Amino acid sequence: MPAKGYVEISIETCKGCNLCVIHCPTKCLALNTSDTNSYGLHYAYMVDEDECIACQNCAIMCPDAAITVFKKVS
Amino acid sequence: MKPGYEQIYKRPETLLPKRMHYCPGCFHSTIHKIIMEIVEEWDIQDKVIGVCPVGCSVFAYDYLDIDMQEAAHGRAAAVATGIKRMLPDKIVFSYQGDGDLAAIGTAETIHACNRGENFTFIFINNGIYGMTGGQMAPTTLEGQKTTTSPYGREPATTGMPIKMSELVSQLISVAYVERVSCNTPANTRKAKRAIEKAFKIQMKGLGTTFIEVVSNCPSNWKCTPEESLEWIKEKALPYFPLGVFKEPAKEEVE
Repeated sequence: MPAKGYVEISIETCKGCNLCVIHCPTKCLALNTSDTNSYGLHYAYMVDEDECIACQNCAIMCPDAAITVFKKVS
Repeated sequence: MKPGYEQIYKRPETLLPKRMHYCPGCFHSTIHKIIMEIVEEWDIQDKVIGVCPVGCSVFAYDYLDIDMQEAAHGRAAAVATGIKRMLPDKIVFSYQGDGDLAAIGTAETIHACNRGENFTFIFINNGIYGMTGGQMAPTTLEGQKTTTSPYGREPATTGMPIKMSELVSQLISVAYVERVSCNTPANTRKAKRAIEKAFKIQMKGLGTTFIEVVSNCPSNWKCTPEESLEWIKEKALPYFPLGVFKEPAKEEVE
């Protein structure tokens, strides 16, 4: 079954504050601790693309407005 | 965009596509974002004028794609008074931190509220002077360690943290006072609704509107953004309770 939604995170805008990761109810986001963006900061990414429910919690908490949320058209 | 999906949330276009200078996890940028979401949703980009303070948010005019005016330290309330009196049709807000609004600018704030100046205060209360390096602010909590109170704030010599929302809600000319926070998604949604309501009350001309946002400062609190949310929940919110302190009757607003 395809996911209810997915998010796109702008790697260069993300500062790796982790607020999206701790507020994701399905734990489908994670901080990439093995790679950095051009500012030398770890960035968040979708670790489990099947679990997103398009609740927008990550985008609302993201201080840098780096997250765009997409929802499946029913 | 993948096929079969629709976009339901994006960065507001009124927030310029620049990298903000704030530290990771700082709520200044969250509040910039929710103000700009309101501006975009209501399509009032040409009707809003903001007044910047001195403090971490001194460069807010670089990020917000609306008319902005920079004020001298603490004098944003006075500048906003002048703008609103000359341009009464515009929606004017002052965006101030605790060092600006509650320390050097207390006189301007109290008297602008007392005169019932018809603009919106957005007061970011993080309990510390962020830009200058983490000194003690009037809103620093009892026992909180800062660079100028290394053993923790002592009420015997420095008094207790100032509760601005309670203070200004005593004034008759003030129409709407609410304290909100951004520490959870639910509280962030409530903060957006509070600012929307303040703008509505301002457009009705009912008096001063005052929104206090309990914010964080991970860099100067010496913790991670995640720990700063815990600090807000456990230390700040018991002393600075969230809620509406004063509001006009519902039929006046609608």
